[in-house]
Amino acid sequence: MIINLRGVRGSIPVPGKDTIKYGGNTTCIEITTDEGDKIIIDGGSGIRQLGNELMKQLPVNCSIFITHTHWDHIQGLPFFIPLFVPGNNIDIYGSFDPVYMKDLKTILAQQMEYCYFPVRESELNANITYNNLKEGEAIQVGSATVTPLLINHPVLNFGYKVESNGKRFFFTGDYEPPLNIYLPEDEGYIEYQRLIDQQKQILTNFIQDVDVVVADCQYTREEYLTKKGWGHGTHDSCIEMARAANIGTLYFTHHDPTRTDQELDRIYQEVMSREDLPSTEFYIAKEGTIIEL
Amino acid sequence: MPIHHDQLIDMVDKIPTFQESVHRILALTTSPDCSAKDLVQVIEHDPILTIKVLKLVNSAYFGLSQEVTSVNHSVVYVGINTIKNVAISVATTGALPKTNKAGLNMNRFWEHSLAVGVIAKLLAEHKGVGKNEQANYFVAGLLHDIGKVLFAHFIPADYQQVLQKSEVEKIPLHLAEKQLLGFDHSEIGAMIAEKWQLPTDLISSIRGHHTAVEQEQTPLSLAIYAANQAAHYLELMAQAADNGDQYALSRATDIDNSLPADVKTWLGWPLSEVSKWLSNLDEEIDKALAFIDLSDGE
Repeated sequence: MIINLRGVRGSIPVPGKDTIKYGGNTTCIEITTDEGDKIIIDGGSGIRQLGNELMKQLPVNCSIFITHTHWDHIQGLPFFIPLFVPGNNIDIYGSFDPVYMKDLKTILAQQMEYCYFPVRESELNANITYNNLKEGEAIQVGSATVTPLLINHPVLNFGYKVESNGKRFFFTGDYEPPLNIYLPEDEGYIEYQRLIDQQKQILTNFIQDVDVVVADCQYTREEYLTKKGWGHGTHDSCIEMARAANIGTLYFTHHDPTRTDQELDRIYQEVMSREDLPSTEFYIAKEGTIIEL
Repeated sequence: MPIHHDQLIDMVDKIPTFQESVHRILALTTSPDCSAKDLVQVIEHDPILTIKVLKLVNSAYFGLSQEVTSVNHSVVYVGINTIKNVAISVATTGALPKTNKAGLNMNRFWEHSLAVGVIAKLLAEHKGVGKNEQANYFVAGLLHDIGKVLFAHFIPADYQQVLQKSEVEKIPLHLAEKQLLGFDHSEIGAMIAEKWQLPTDLISSIRGHHTAVEQEQTPLSLAIYAANQAAHYLELMAQAADNGDQYALSRATDIDNSLPADVKTWLGWPLSEVSKWLSNLDEEIDKALAFIDLSDGE
């Protein structure tokens, strides 16, 4: 299995001199199995260049899994050229949105309405299927199995586990470990904490011993104090996840758009100098990083 | 057969009170800073609401892999934003009788109410109404015809004649109600909404959904009027397309042509144009039906 990080930025693409090293494109992860099956997680702006490369060998057959439909995870889709070309086969998977009562196709069609984009969804010429996933429902893509788990974010967000030939990979999408809505002195505090712990245990069990995890780490612990409930993780939450699930390697991703290359290096050094880190190898996700499993 | 105003009040008095919890949820959720703890407490203090929220979150609609067993659990699992929306929807659809002897087709009633709710919400979205307020448009659409249910439930024999008159003479139901009963469903619907102490603009949107003569129309009233007409228009156009029903076609055209000037101005297009961007309406309604299926509260 080869994993290629095509976009590692959160919120909005930030090209420029300050983001040359780690990259400015928003979330997109390309996974190629040993048999050549192509799985793409999220369609942030990083998917554009991937599409251009895939066009070199037609027809393109791939499966795109969307963690959630916030802009930075779908904004590259209208620029994914394989969608426009007859003969390509593209299966798109994601969650139905029960709050706005919309499925993926509706959301993407609205993204491509004339007032936002010159070509409508109905004019995409590839063979496209839209599939609403249920939590825990495993999807077979060639030799790989992709399983979604619902994890906390302001909208329903699927973390995806990809397994193939004994290799296991997990991407959180956007994830903030749930917070207790009660104060320690409130009556409901203990019960709520029990539910949070139970939910975290489900995630831990789901990703136990996974080889590589790419995890949302938009904020530092200092920044997080004023960003609680915004739906993103910190280095601490990633480290805790890695420790609990005995993760081999974890990449910190979804870098805040304000973060420069220098800041990312500095923060990484500070985090790595902490005592009591688990045996997991930690890296900063970098656009173009290729991970071979 | 005309009914007295006292009878009308009597009917309204007999309908169950809209629970306090529903007011509190509507009030809480209009604030962007709605506290998760407060919302959970309101839901938990109302056993019926709790059951409905859990039933919906556990339905195939959400497709969760674990069973959600408490309101707190639902918040941890699917998030407070989702539960907020679920609570509004289930809270507002629970207080109505499910059957009647008047022959009012409840499935069609809900389908139409849902269509108006969904269209009103889409119109609100299109007009740049804030996400927080869009739920009010959905609720107003859902409740706009609620007076019909009351008539069908409390004066079934009289209402059966009203329904027949509308059918035979091919006149709109609210006119048949006015002619035979002296009141129409928008009036009694507004009285119920008053009893339930719903927000003022929601009450006037129910009262005005057939008249649209108020001096100062709120965007909500205009949206409900327009959404109701659009739903009727679309239904008639679908009928005309299905079986070449020329009468349906001419009624649809009449509806479009007789849209009041202020509604037309607010809408910005004729109804035929509105229908173009509502092409996925059926799909939207199918999804919204999951909420309505819960209205028996079992």
